[in-house]
Amino acid sequence: MRLRDCVYKLMLEEKTVELSGGEVLIQALKEEGVEFIFGYPGGAVLHIYDALYEQNSVKHILVRHEQGATHAADGYARATGKPGVVLVTSGPGATNAVTGIATAFMDSIPMVVISGQVQSRFIGSDAFQEVDCVGITRPCVKHNFLVDSLENFAETIKKAFHVATTGRPGPVVVDIPKDFTTPGVTVPFEYPKTVNMRSYSPAEQGHPGQIRKAVDLILSAQRPMIYSGGGVVLGNAAAQLTEFTELLGYPITQTLMGLGAFPASNKQNLGMLGMHGTYEANMAMHDCDVLIAIGARFDDRVTGETESFCPNAKIVHVDVDPASISKNVTVDVPIVGDVGHVLEAMVALIRDTDKRADPADLVQWWAQIKQWSSKNCLAYDTDSALIKPQSVVESLWRVTKGDAYITSDVGQHQMWAAQFYGFDKPRRWINSGGLGTMGFGLPAAIGVQLAFPDEVVACVTGEASIQMCIQELSTCLQYGTPVKIICLNNRYMGMVRQWQEFNYEKRYSHSYMDALPDFVKLTESYGHIGMRIENPADVDGALEEAFAMKDRLVFLDFQTDQQENVYPMIEAGKGHHEMRLNPARELA
Amino acid sequence: MRRHVISILLENESGALSRVAGLFSARGYNIESLTVAATHDPTLSRMTIVTLGTERVVEQIIKQLNKLVDVVRLTDLTEVQFIEREMMLLKVRAVDHSREELKRVSDIFRGRILDVTDSSYVIELTGDDHKLSAFLEAIGRDNIIEAVRSGATGIARGDKSLKP
Repeated sequence: MRLRDCVYKLMLEEKTVELSGGEVLIQALKEEGVEFIFGYPGGAVLHIYDALYEQNSVKHILVRHEQGATHAADGYARATGKPGVVLVTSGPGATNAVTGIATAFMDSIPMVVISGQVQSRFIGSDAFQEVDCVGITRPCVKHNFLVDSLENFAETIKKAFHVATTGRPGPVVVDIPKDFTTPGVTVPFEYPKTVNMRSYSPAEQGHPGQIRKAVDLILSAQRPMIYSGGGVVLGNAAAQLTEFTELLGYPITQTLMGLGAFPASNKQNLGMLGMHGTYEANMAMHDCDVLIAIGARFDDRVTGETESFCPNAKIVHVDVDPASISKNVTVDVPIVGDVGHVLEAMVALIRDTDKRADPADLVQWWAQIKQWSSKNCLAYDTDSALIKPQSVVESLWRVTKGDAYITSDVGQHQMWAAQFYGFDKPRRWINSGGLGTMGFGLPAAIGVQLAFPDEVVACVTGEASIQMCIQELSTCLQYGTPVKIICLNNRYMGMVRQWQEFNYEKRYSHSYMDALPDFVKLTESYGHIGMRIENPADVDGALEEAFAMKDRLVFLDFQTDQQENVYPMIEAGKGHHEMRLNPARELA
Repeated sequence: MRRHVISILLENESGALSRVAGLFSARGYNIESLTVAATHDPTLSRMTIVTLGTERVVEQIIKQLNKLVDVVRLTDLTEVQFIEREMMLLKVRAVDHSREELKRVSDIFRGRILDVTDSSYVIELTGDDHKLSAFLEAIGRDNIIEAVRSGATGIARGDKSLKP
């Protein structure tokens, strides 16, 4: 036990607990069970960093850029379900963190960000490294606080964790002026056991009448479809969703954020839906008569043109956030509540009744779905002399036995990872779905690897995205996180190039990645291992070799087919039934 | 599109107003007027927002407002019987024979003249949106030097109340 830990322990035992603001924070984080805090020091948080020194209860991970800190904390949160914690300084420290905070906000990830602020007497004076952090972050947090006294600090931290982790989770920022963390200026410390916020009480149980109504509708369906989203992952309700779906025998599709909440290998699973979802999932959405939406938010990338969204369906929507209901698409039976609780209640009601959907209808419906599936919409040219990006992801799945934690950046590689890495477990697929933040993948992988040092973690990325947070390779060396970076390098911002090909007559305006670094040498200069793979025949071997190096970070730079596009695709303004299929599909 | 008067009870904390105002601008909602002040309980503020929107938009506005952690309770007053009042201070040109006429019009609308000079009156008038607009119409645009409106406040009739 380090000196500082001994002091804390003694103080707590003797109940003469007088702590400075910095010490209050560390002690509060300890009470919250925080393992890691991702951060970067600076003037306004120096007192806090001093309190962090010589204590072992909370491990600080020094990133190389505050964006990396937020993404790493985010990756940790997505993989574990526990809140990610970030510590940044005022001014640029806070603004650099904003991208990561907004990323967490859009995907409802529990996160607590502690930002330093200039001394309270300087607030508003344009002091050195002053920004209105609470103002800047207001539209992209679930809530934020400006600490106004040392006396309230512990309670504010308690509230921050409570708000971040309950209801629909999200990031919470606590901005703390430097003078409230001054060493020697102390308050009696007692961490509150409970939180009392009259203005905040998220719904837990769904309304029983609504649940009954939903079950009636669900059991009278002829062409039912289950559409589940990230809420099932966040609500730890994968087991309940699986039980519900298997009990009914209905087809199910997941959003990008919901992958893994229902096993990809289960025959009822039609895969992902939406813009780059499968043909069968989107067609089934379009033709279904009862849609059961669970922990999903009818995002525009999912619905396509809302005018033609599920034109013949009655819609049940279960969500913990009332504001998600009937926001983009009007629903018939809304249920506000925790998805796990509501699914359990629905399963109990279904088990209690003999009423079932007509088996003949279901047989006919499944036959129709099978016909759509036979289009084999994800097929691609497997005889190419160039490395096909899809084949790299398929090979990655084989080599990692489908059991790795996969983070991704944003673009084509993200879609291929989603389409071709079949996730059987929740919290294994970690990507920025809502905000679409390039640069997310590598730092997120650090957070995941720290949470699970013995698990396999891979970051599927592209040569454009990876350069947006490449500096975190240094963090990986410092903390020994043996992430495997699977770079699908097509020398283009692939998704931009694809849209330019389809919509701008191949005018590839500024999407070509000229002057790329030598990623092998770059990785080596950071103290890791780099590999460049150019032939399809070498893909499997390279991956096997890389994953055999369990304690080393390996950067695999796959030179892939530059022209490959993500198919199938719903183009802007089109409906689920108007998918563009891969022209090379017939070849496969 | 219909006019809605939304009454909100929120924590009387710094930043609470900008959360509400920010929500309206970020999501592209309409604000016709917004008034806010602390209540008899100094920990709470009461805000009245007048907005224009379709049923669907107003439903979203109410849900999004409810989601703000600082919002304790809210109600759409236009769903119930309610009283709406707004105060207006009006500086008007008052010379020669128009002085008499302005005084008469002001009396008809139950306005009060608060300040008199050789050439102007300041008139105080309280009422709902329609009444204030009708008064402005009656006075005539050319006579108005300044118009200051407080924005609407509202309260439900009967036993209904907005409590924490």
